[in-house]
Amino acid sequence: MADILTFNDLKKHFVIGQEGFLRREPITVKAVDGISFAVQEGETFGLVGESGSGKSTVAYTTIGMYRPTTGTIRFRDKDLFADKKRPLALRKQIQIVFQDPGSSLNPRRTVAQILALPLRLHRPQENVLQQTAQLLDMVELTLEYMHKYPQTLSGGEKQMVAIARALATEPSFVILDEPTSALDVSIQGKIINLIMRLQREFNLTYLFITHDLSLMRNVASRVAIMYLGKICEIADAVEFFRTPYHPYTQMLLASIPVLSEEEEALKPRKTVSRGEIPSPVNIPSGCSFHLRCPRHMDICSVVDPVMVEVEAGHSVRCHLFPPS
Amino acid sequence: MDDAPLLEIKDLHVHFHVYGGILRVLDGVSFVVHRGEKVGLVGETGCGKTTTMKATLRVLPMPPARIPGGQILFQGQDLLKMRDDRLRRVRGRGISMIFQDPTAALNPVFTIGQQIRAVVRHSTEKRLSRSQIHDRMIQPIREVALPDPERMLGSYPIQLSGGMRQRVCIAMALVADPKLLIADEPGTSLDVTIQDQILRLLGRLVEEKDLSVILITHTLGIVRQLTDRVYVMYAGTMVEVAGTEELFRNPLHPYTHGLMEAVPRLTGGGVSDGIPGRIPNYLHPPPGCRFHPRCPHVMDVCRQEKPGFYRVSGDHEVACFLYRDKERSA
Repeated sequence: MADILTFNDLKKHFVIGQEGFLRREPITVKAVDGISFAVQEGETFGLVGESGSGKSTVAYTTIGMYRPTTGTIRFRDKDLFADKKRPLALRKQIQIVFQDPGSSLNPRRTVAQILALPLRLHRPQENVLQQTAQLLDMVELTLEYMHKYPQTLSGGEKQMVAIARALATEPSFVILDEPTSALDVSIQGKIINLIMRLQREFNLTYLFITHDLSLMRNVASRVAIMYLGKICEIADAVEFFRTPYHPYTQMLLASIPVLSEEEEALKPRKTVSRGEIPSPVNIPSGCSFHLRCPRHMDICSVVDPVMVEVEAGHSVRCHLFPPS
Repeated sequence: MDDAPLLEIKDLHVHFHVYGGILRVLDGVSFVVHRGEKVGLVGETGCGKTTTMKATLRVLPMPPARIPGGQILFQGQDLLKMRDDRLRRVRGRGISMIFQDPTAALNPVFTIGQQIRAVVRHSTEKRLSRSQIHDRMIQPIREVALPDPERMLGSYPIQLSGGMRQRVCIAMALVADPKLLIADEPGTSLDVTIQDQILRLLGRLVEEKDLSVILITHTLGIVRQLTDRVYVMYAGTMVEVAGTEELFRNPLHPYTHGLMEAVPRLTGGGVSDGIPGRIPNYLHPPPGCRFHPRCPHVMDVCRQEKPGFYRVSGDHEVACFLYRDKERSA
């Protein structure tokens, strides 16, 4: 399958202050620090990480809220940052659904107004009212919702409106940034199944960001794990959950609370979570995970490992898997 | 197990009087914790889990809250009727609580040491010497495996990570040697690897100190990991109670069933659509069983009458008319 979105050594550093008295040195947060991967046409690429891992920064850079410090993101061979301002035609192609629909929908606008905005901008020649109705229908909301304000909607309904808004521009690529983590579990399923149905119907490609590995197991075709701005493991979803290689991945999987013995059996047994996630301002030397790693070696605190393809399509960034 | 329960909540009703009318938030909740028992309280946002526990500690803001009916017996004494000065001795020494968000639970302008010292002073009637106070402050910090306890006492909450703040909260809850610990979503605001550490710490302390615990959470997996018995709540009512193993093997109430189906599994196989509809408005809760508008098995009786608790086996009780005829006397 063809690559639709390609990240090439993407870095996004933020300067948050200065330190030192005589010689002022900038304090930087390396939110994203050199990630490379490609999302294929029509797939759901899962990006998993804990808070501070940089997964949302990846999303915001992709939609153009930030410009990369270095590195590139290409969308079907077009550099997303070639122009100073991203052309409308390109913006239309890449859309996002945010985590908290309570704050991503304008409380002063009705659902119809919220949906009309992208329609007017990106599809000016079409009938806005008709398209609004169609969008609501797509996300299984009735026409009555047109004149409602976000505050009168439940969390799930708000997220449906946010999904409709993202699809209003007829995008080919949608970033889902924790689309259900603000919702109760009994509502989550409906939203997830809606998202997956829309993907089939409109041939969408998803970058699905979440911290919930159990959810990822059920939606993603491929998975990448991020830790402190870097990717430590990428694999096909089935393969990933069967044989996780990176010690951090194993720790993550071992930490998930599960409901049954069958699931318990899938968790790596020997790995026990320990240590704290370091601050992204002060990333440890060498492999950033070495302070928490149950299998760390002398080399880990000195040399940052490189990504190695261990099996076809399964890459790990860990000194346990040296390049051959 | 002792025959007299440590905590017994009987038919508790809590109403909130607001501008638009009366929110009937708790509608006859009953709940029992025996000595040394670890009990889970599961339910989704807004089902009344936290309200039940706040009522127990009498920290609900009254008004707008009112408690028109019910009893909360702790070691046989009704907390709802207790005088304030006696109640203060129950809080902390009898029952203590860990909250969901450790950042909000700690005061940002005082050091950890100052905050723990206040708890230590309050934990006893005796006058303690400086060194005694210090010992009682350091001891719980050691127990929750915080590094460098002396330095920790001089730190402000902002200098600590989320996981460390929650450890501090746990330490503070244990200062006065409570009989019952209420943990309200103790790991929810934390990352999954840190949550795992906090839950294992909690599990270990509970074993060591032979505490009774009420674990409030909306994550079913956490309950399975840590508790002996589980209550399931929906919209201000108890819908099911069973031993943890039994509940996960054989969930009976349509709500419990739907909830378990809705959780994405590590084994894969897709996600179920969940439970249709949304939780009811507490201003006008549905008559009869509060779950009936969302229930796939709804019958006429469900719309009119409130189901009682039917005992289907040993310690498995369910509030659903589907099981009225299957009731067995235990």
